[in-house]
Amino acid sequence: MYMAIFILFAIMSIAGAIMVITLKSPVSSAIALIFVLCCIAGLFALMGALFMAALQVIVYAGAIMVLFLFIIMLLNLKDEILGEDEKKVTRVFGSILGIAFLLEIGFFVRRALTVGSESLMYPVPEQFASIEVISTGLFTKFLFAFEITSVLLLVAIIGAIMLSKGEGKTEY
Amino acid sequence: MATLEHYLILSAILFCIGVFGLLSRRNAVGILMSIELMFNSANINFVAFSKFINPDILTGQIFSVFVIAIAAAEAAVGLAIVVLLYRNFDIVNIDKINFMKW
Amino acid sequence: MIEIPFINLAVIYPEIAIFTASVIVLLVDLFMKGEKQGTLSTITMLGFAAAAIIASRQWFHFETGFSDALIADNFALVFKLLFCAAGVLTLFLSVHYLNREKIFRGEYFFLILSSTVGMMILASANELITAFLGLEVMSVPLYLLAGYDKKKLLSNEAALKYFLMGAFASGILIYGIAFVYGNLGTTNFDEIYRALQGKTLYGEPLLLLGLGLILIGFSFKTAFVPFHSWVPDVYVGTPTPATAFFSIAPKAAGFAILFRLLFKAFAPMMPDITGILWVLAVLTMFAGNLIAIAQRNIKRMLAYSSIAHAGYILIALTTGTADGAKAAILYLLAYTAMNVGAFGIVILLGREGEKDLSIAGYSGLSRRHPIAAAAMALFMFSLAGIPPTAGFIGKFYIFRGAVSAGFIWLAILGVVNSLISVYYYLRVIVIMYMKPEAESDRVITYPLSLMVAIILAAWGTVQIGIFPNSWLNLVRDSVSGFF
Repeated sequence: MYMAIFILFAIMSIAGAIMVITLKSPVSSAIALIFVLCCIAGLFALMGALFMAALQVIVYAGAIMVLFLFIIMLLNLKDEILGEDEKKVTRVFGSILGIAFLLEIGFFVRRALTVGSESLMYPVPEQFASIEVISTGLFTKFLFAFEITSVLLLVAIIGAIMLSKGEGKTEY
Repeated sequence: MATLEHYLILSAILFCIGVFGLLSRRNAVGILMSIELMFNSANINFVAFSKFINPDILTGQIFSVFVIAIAAAEAAVGLAIVVLLYRNFDIVNIDKINFMKW
Repeated sequence: MIEIPFINLAVIYPEIAIFTASVIVLLVDLFMKGEKQGTLSTITMLGFAAAAIIASRQWFHFETGFSDALIADNFALVFKLLFCAAGVLTLFLSVHYLNREKIFRGEYFFLILSSTVGMMILASANELITAFLGLEVMSVPLYLLAGYDKKKLLSNEAALKYFLMGAFASGILIYGIAFVYGNLGTTNFDEIYRALQGKTLYGEPLLLLGLGLILIGFSFKTAFVPFHSWVPDVYVGTPTPATAFFSIAPKAAGFAILFRLLFKAFAPMMPDITGILWVLAVLTMFAGNLIAIAQRNIKRMLAYSSIAHAGYILIALTTGTADGAKAAILYLLAYTAMNVGAFGIVILLGREGEKDLSIAGYSGLSRRHPIAAAAMALFMFSLAGIPPTAGFIGKFYIFRGAVSAGFIWLAILGVVNSLISVYYYLRVIVIMYMKPEAESDRVITYPLSLMVAIILAAWGTVQIGIFPNSWLNLVRDSVSGFF
């Protein structure tokens, strides 16, 4: 059963990801990406990481992707602006690099698991990934990283405002 | 029972789709979405490792919380740059902006 | 109930100073009416000065804090001082330029300051999550600075390119970090070091993959060949003072984290990585120098030259010794002085709208503007590594370190590259001094702030070149406790 659910989510997320990068219309690819994100949230839930699953749906699929969709709608991208989406050269180059990457990573992963990393299999405790454990980690061991994230978000906010605030006519 | 290996292979496939999309897509929003795919595959890895390797410390899951925050910041900045280019110059296609030569 | 552990804020005092300054800049910019550039640049300057004073007072304190996520040893502090120096010099370069191009906005100072916060975190990070967040805090303001001149297409394009490349690099980096974490179960550098004992890189495929991806990610950020393709476009499109900042501070920060990563965390793996670094160093030097020869635009030439200089520092990284680290720090200090100076002259000679950037346009400069030409000649000599300038001292110690660590071929290739670089640096001097004067209505004013930057840079260039002893003591102290 577990395996079946995994395969279902895996196939759906791969299919969705392929749609993200092949569909011509940005709106469709954004919706495909939301679908992928939800499938990944399903995988997180399957692993028992319920908090991450919730975060993935609420923040990623909810907030970030809405921003994407909002911008796409705002710009109202038309076909003539988008232009020819893919060039043969880059597509071939991209495929070669993508497949090379895949083979490489697959090779390493397989070897890692055959070379024998006995440490790779631990029993999973009951309270795995409870919100309490995560939040304790955030406020003790990773306190600094947690605080510095706020600096990052402040910079992103100020920067986004600075760039997109209108200031009269443009010159070329 | 899905093992660590399954999750790692899945994340590798998603990562490679992301890399392919990044190289083959020509419009900036599409490239941004490919980058989101890459971040997500890293997130799958983090959660999978944190489950299968040291489930009591959860470093991996905490890291993936930060990855989501970073993805949000990058998306905001990236989309602001796209809006800027589109508003000023009607461009979202990265081929059209290759004026500079070496 | 969470027990919050003792927080040692001392480890981030310099960061706090800079961040406070950046928030004050934002608030003043928001509420102040009228002419505010003077106020804002003063606040920025005070922030840098405060951070530098704090950092220098922490010398030999070896503070650690936040569950060992951060460490403020001398190695981190010397980089913090370097970032403060780079920030102050950039500030002096910027004031006149922003007025000339009529693009002054308060966010400029905020972005410089917050980027510096990120660099400082990167320099003192002792843990991968912190390092990655520091890298992002450093990079995001840089993308925005690249697009700061938002009415110019070139600047917009630079921002987009820099952002896409940077985000791609972040994606690769985070994927690599995931594998390292997966293999070792920790992200703390000290724990990584302990976990690596008794392992070999080639016996641990996931570790090899992870470390490889991390190296690729940082190679993008510090622009090693073949991951450099974004550099020339970004450097040309970015406003010139910000370009000067780009070519110094983020590079130094990238090297700081690479040194800590490779010399501390992955020290047991260093023998296995040396070959890769060797190839990267050679590629970076040759590509940077050879392509720089063909450039007609001074900013583009300096962009390729900055790639080549990263190659020299990579030699120091390859050696894996304390001498290498010392030489790299000395070189970064020298490079800061001479590169700021070169960009200062470029700003001085440029005109509104980023015009007059062709090298040919400098012909006959020595007759009309002897001071500017002489200063440019000094910086070009230094960049080429001709004694008695800072560039020579920096290169000398790097090559000496390589030879004493047994990398004789690398040192020879480095010297060969130095000779190649002499060609295009000296060409600028030849054009300025030997060629007849170009038809130009160039009028140069000598604004005070810009002159201060150039004089400081020239002082640094000459000082390191002629009296290197005090600087050598500084770098010797800066690696104490690191090895």
